Amino acid sequence: MLTVENLHKSFGGVNAINGIDLKFDAGTLTAIIGPNGAGKTSFFNLITGAFAPDQGRILFGTDDIAGLSSPDIVKRGIGRAFQIASIFPSLTVRETILGAVNAHRGWHTKLRRRFPLGEANAQADEVMELVGLTAKADKLSGNLSHGDQKLLDIALALALEPRVLLLDEPTAGMGPEERWQMIDTVHKLWQRKQMTLIFIEHDMDIVFKYAQTIRVLSYGAVLAEGKPDEIRNHPKVIEAYLGTAYEKGRG
Amino acid sequence: MRSTVWLDIVIAAAAMAVLLLLPLVFPGKAFSDFMIRLSAFAIFATSLNLLVGYTGLVSFGHGLFYGLGAYSFALMMQKLGTSIPVAFIATVGVSAAVATVVGAICIRLKEIYFSFLTLAFQMLLHSVIIAWTPLTGGDQGLTGGVPRPPFLGIRLDDPQHLYIFCSAVLVVSLYIMWHLVRSPFGYTMRMIRDNPRRAEFLGVRVWRVRLLAFVVAGVFGSIGGLLMSLFVSSAYPDFAYWTVSGEAVFMILMGGISVFFGPLVGAVMLLLLNDVVTRVTEHYSLMLGIIILCFALGLRKGLLGFVLWAWERRRAGAQ
Repeated sequence: MLTVENLHKSFGGVNAINGIDLKFDAGTLTAIIGPNGAGKTSFFNLITGAFAPDQGRILFGTDDIAGLSSPDIVKRGIGRAFQIASIFPSLTVRETILGAVNAHRGWHTKLRRRFPLGEANAQADEVMELVGLTAKADKLSGNLSHGDQKLLDIALALALEPRVLLLDEPTAGMGPEERWQMIDTVHKLWQRKQMTLIFIEHDMDIVFKYAQTIRVLSYGAVLAEGKPDEIRNHPKVIEAYLGTAYEKGRG
Repeated sequence: MRSTVWLDIVIAAAAMAVLLLLPLVFPGKAFSDFMIRLSAFAIFATSLNLLVGYTGLVSFGHGLFYGLGAYSFALMMQKLGTSIPVAFIATVGVSAAVATVVGAICIRLKEIYFSFLTLAFQMLLHSVIIAWTPLTGGDQGLTGGVPRPPFLGIRLDDPQHLYIFCSAVLVVSLYIMWHLVRSPFGYTMRMIRDNPRRAEFLGVRVWRVRLLAFVVAGVFGSIGGLLMSLFVSSAYPDFAYWTVSGEAVFMILMGGISVFFGPLVGAVMLLLLNDVVTRVTEHYSLMLGIIILCFALGLRKGLLGFVLWAWERRRAGAQ
């Protein structure tokens, strides 16, 4: 589904991504972990076209999407949500999602018709129901709680009907209870939509509970990859990131 | 949805009817002259607000199109002897072409760089007008008047006909812009204003939407200048001077940036201020500066924006 080969990206003299090779199979749920500055968000930025890689290939199916613009990549079926909820504060939840549906279907530059387009309503309703924002449809996005803004950010990506969804720290900035609710929602979305879901997360309890496979980045390179139990006991991962708290029998 | 469109058409028709009846209440020439100037400035300021308020592009050089509209229309009428409808359509075409070129250069820049580059283009046009004396009349403006031959029974050299024509252009222009901001394209403009980066990650080609908005705003800005050249039967370098853009920005600030009809209200206020203050004192600029300062410090939503905000609050309180 998504294959990254020998990916490199540097900013000035700093090698943010330093030869990453990774493969993500269709329909899998993968966590990307690693210390701050490991290159996790840069990795997402390269996949989604925010930056062009200096070297390497990003294969989506058989197409090399490395260096394509974000709109081109989005249209091929890769959606993303951001670490800090990236929304449209002056639009209501419904308007925001309808805008995303319009963009996905190429209706966003229509001049002759009025917003909202009737044929976009059903999909917008479905997306709001999926993330549990139906009751807040007419609220201004900027007035939503932090958690709801994160959900809206994910809803925006879902409105694009992505085959691959990248979530950058979906639980960032949330309290313990809210975190589990959020990740539960994300997990249900993944089960229901059968898409490839890759998420960056720092909460190891969440990662070990939900991820099918885990990829660990450190200094812009892949330090380790494997099933949760393999990662939990991986000496290099323990040394570079986890510490001893998550070793088998103690986590 | 179709019923909403029809409702808007009915409201536009009602507004036109009111404009036609107003001269019966205010029969003086001063009123019709005021309304013609208002038509020109309201279209101009509203078109600027498509960029500033709806797309988040703060243009300091929108007067480029006001001046361009006035000169291209006046020159076509004076030098080529075309009919008014042909000159009108050709002016729109010229403005769209210039806006496409200028926009393609400017919209790739961000924030203050965009603002100043648009201003640079406006001042370039102003310099061309001043320097190209044989064609433009230089700093004296176009001399000899703009011919206004009759078309379809309309005689724009008759002040009454000119008033009706300008009112109709005002209503139609505002209707089209109103429709535009309520279209899917209008909502995409708002998304780009709020968060262009996120819009890109939804598949929106931001530069393309910004360019289209720039061209549409440029076209309507030029129609404002066109009406003014019809009114004064000439075109002057001042139409392309930076202060014209400044006045439009003041109109938007005074009326309300976040309300579609804010610039219209702002245009009424600024023109009234202009007419009243200049009668009382020579220090118009000082008075205007103080008033703008008051709005900037105490009424940031603009008058119409504030009225609507207060009304919404009251309604929410009542519920």
